[in-house]
Amino acid sequence: MQFRPILSAMRRNKVGAILIAVQMAITLAILCNALFIIQQRVALSERPTGVDDEANVVVLDNQWVGNPPDQAARQEGDLAALRSLPGVQDAFATNSVPLTDSGSTEGISLHPDQKTASARAALYFGDEHAIASLGLKLIAGRNFNADEVTEKVGYTDLKSPAAIIITKGLADKLFPNANAVGQSIYDDFSKGQVPIIGVIDRLQVPWVSAGGWGSTFNDSSFIVPFHIVIPFPVLYVIHTQPGQAAAVIQAAPKKLFDISRARVIGKTRPMTALRTEIYKDDKGLVVILGIVCVALLAVTAFGIVGLTSYWVAQRRRQIGIRRALGATRNAIIQYFQTENLLIAGAGAAIGIALAVSLNLWMVSAFAMQRLNTGYALIGAVVVMLLGQAAVLWPALKAASIPPALATRAA
Amino acid sequence: MFNYYLGLALRSLKRNIVLTALMIAAVGVGIGASMTTLTVFRAMDNDPIPQKSRQLFAVQIDNWGPDSKSIVPGDMEHLQEQISYIDAIGLMDAKAAHRQAAMYKTGAALTPANPDVLPFQVQIRATYTDFFSMFQTPFQAGAPWSTDDDKNRADVAVITQKLNDKVFGGGNSVGKSINLDGHEFRVVGVLGVWAPTPQFYDLNNDQYGEGAELYIPFTRAIDGQMGSWGNNNCSGDPGQPGWEGRLHSECVWIQFWAELPAAADVAAYRAFLNNYAADQQRSGRFHWPAHTRIRDVREWLVYRHAVSDEVRILVLVSFSFLLVCLLNAMGLMLAKIMGRAGDIGVRRALGASRRAIFGQCLIEAGVVGFAGGLLGLALTALGLMGLRSLLSEEASRLTHFSPADISIAIVLAVLATTLAGLYPTWRAAQVQPAWQLKAQ
Repeated sequence: MQFRPILSAMRRNKVGAILIAVQMAITLAILCNALFIIQQRVALSERPTGVDDEANVVVLDNQWVGNPPDQAARQEGDLAALRSLPGVQDAFATNSVPLTDSGSTEGISLHPDQKTASARAALYFGDEHAIASLGLKLIAGRNFNADEVTEKVGYTDLKSPAAIIITKGLADKLFPNANAVGQSIYDDFSKGQVPIIGVIDRLQVPWVSAGGWGSTFNDSSFIVPFHIVIPFPVLYVIHTQPGQAAAVIQAAPKKLFDISRARVIGKTRPMTALRTEIYKDDKGLVVILGIVCVALLAVTAFGIVGLTSYWVAQRRRQIGIRRALGATRNAIIQYFQTENLLIAGAGAAIGIALAVSLNLWMVSAFAMQRLNTGYALIGAVVVMLLGQAAVLWPALKAASIPPALATRAA
Repeated sequence: MFNYYLGLALRSLKRNIVLTALMIAAVGVGIGASMTTLTVFRAMDNDPIPQKSRQLFAVQIDNWGPDSKSIVPGDMEHLQEQISYIDAIGLMDAKAAHRQAAMYKTGAALTPANPDVLPFQVQIRATYTDFFSMFQTPFQAGAPWSTDDDKNRADVAVITQKLNDKVFGGGNSVGKSINLDGHEFRVVGVLGVWAPTPQFYDLNNDQYGEGAELYIPFTRAIDGQMGSWGNNNCSGDPGQPGWEGRLHSECVWIQFWAELPAAADVAAYRAFLNNYAADQQRSGRFHWPAHTRIRDVREWLVYRHAVSDEVRILVLVSFSFLLVCLLNAMGLMLAKIMGRAGDIGVRRALGASRRAIFGQCLIEAGVVGFAGGLLGLALTALGLMGLRSLLSEEASRLTHFSPADISIAIVLAVLATTLAGLYPTWRAAQVQPAWQLKAQ
């Protein structure tokens, strides 16, 4: 294939060629950044919580009417009743669970004289039932003993925990080179040390948004052995036997109302529902970007079809002459394909530069990560294939121009 | 003249129906995508209280000092977003602004009078009476509680229309009683529809939500030890245990707003705040020079990033998409006009001026833009419907089309398409009549 005649023909149609190249460049820049964001959001919404089986872990909000003085005893009664329900494996009460976007954080220090905290971590309240109820995996040390669990009355109760269990993520941050079990952290309230008795594989923090609170310490959490007694809604976490979640969601509120009606039960739902709800906007973003990408490719393709068809129509006589002088149909098709490849190639080159600079700007303006260059290359290939596909129909039409046309008057 | 050109444009568009349809579709899809995201952006970027947004100020006081372990990451000013109880009371007592109110989010279980109805949870805002006059909340019945009620920690409440419907079945409920966690509160006012979006006065909690269902005096809530249901940040000194300990601590959990009608008031309040902080330094509470800040509603929304990154990205993507669509339409227009070079040549030879040709082609572009804008409007409605089904309930509140958006869409479409049509139109005006006639 000779490039010279194509280039000189293009010079007579500069603006059209430039328009297509610029369209392809912008398409490429948007496409690969959008694909990158889509991939990131999907990965974000699939992060594990550390809970073994989210479909069978049910979360229920319970709030007492008034501030009953015997709240701790009532709560223990509730939990015992829940554990006795058919299909329930275990249950406990806590301030928060992953995927709720609401909870507490603490800066963790190892020594009293530290100016800045060693790590930031989410705080979960629990007792000896916490690990089994959430289905967490204890990878070192031991669970809480019943005698380590005390009452914590409201968030203004500054009592210190007897011991704590931390996640592997937090352990790696605090003690990168040592076994965390047997170590201790410093407690601001008691001015003393609190021993670490166990390490769990994973327990995600409650906050999930990309670049938001919690995004820098997503796998750093710790559990303190407290029965939480607060004038706010408390979460009851129930681990059901496989397949029993729906039955327990029906039975649990009924059972609790049988014990006392002086309460408000908010939602009762499995953690899979929490996951769907909390990532809804991320999923929405993925779908919207997907639709825009498809529309973008379609618009660009139709633009190429439109302009190339026009060029074909403009050059009918010239094409007829070429055919009469012996050019094959394939040669005509190849002409338009090569022409499009040249334009698309130029567009892709500009597009990759545009994509990278767009991404760099987004990194500085938003909570975005650096674009993997693979995406730019994938985008370039997609855009060039799109060009080839779009040009095929006008090229075939051009190839079907009869050589006899050359002999007729214009 | 215009009508004649319009007729010419329509006839010319009809002659090449496929190209015309492609152009209109390209403009329409681009307008649809960009108007959909622009609607959400405008809702997020909305001025929630336009008549007073330059007179209402959020107050910040640094009560943790430069050495404190943690402020929110990325905060360059080293300032907390909320203030402590000590400072809330200090500023309320000083009464240095025209109006002022400390406030926080709390909640309770409401037990209906009918024993067959189960108790339910209500979201409460504890605040001062100035809240209502400062934010110009509409009252359907009754009025705010009095300053005496603030002073006396009275058991009074202002409820929303929605809660009024739920508890009392609507109507004028002033004087009726409502039971919150076992305590009776007397209803003094029922609010009309009021939901500033975003909820600028407390951006920590449901930014685009419906806000509190019930309002009670701040002093009464503190007296009843009703803790904050919003953000509590105790990264400073946690203080002593218990409720009294929390009140005397440096924990921040209260929002504070002041109304300062004139520029002189603003300057005076700045000076007052710095004096206040300097006093705290003198008394030994702060070990650092005064560090305070006030921001009006607009500045506050920018500071707190009310428009999310996701929406900014979507706006960017969709407007780039619109650009691609316009380039596309421009290419097609160019093809169309150059295909009619013969026509134009004849018309020029018959005496049409360049200017006339230019005007005729530009009107053609405008017609395409207008049609694209109409299509874009339909697609925007479709897009917003799609968004509502995709997004969470809170985000869905941002997907309502306002009448202003309709004119924005049409103007944007016509303007952008005409702009894109400038080059093809200029090329048309350059057609040399003699060459065209010779080629024929």
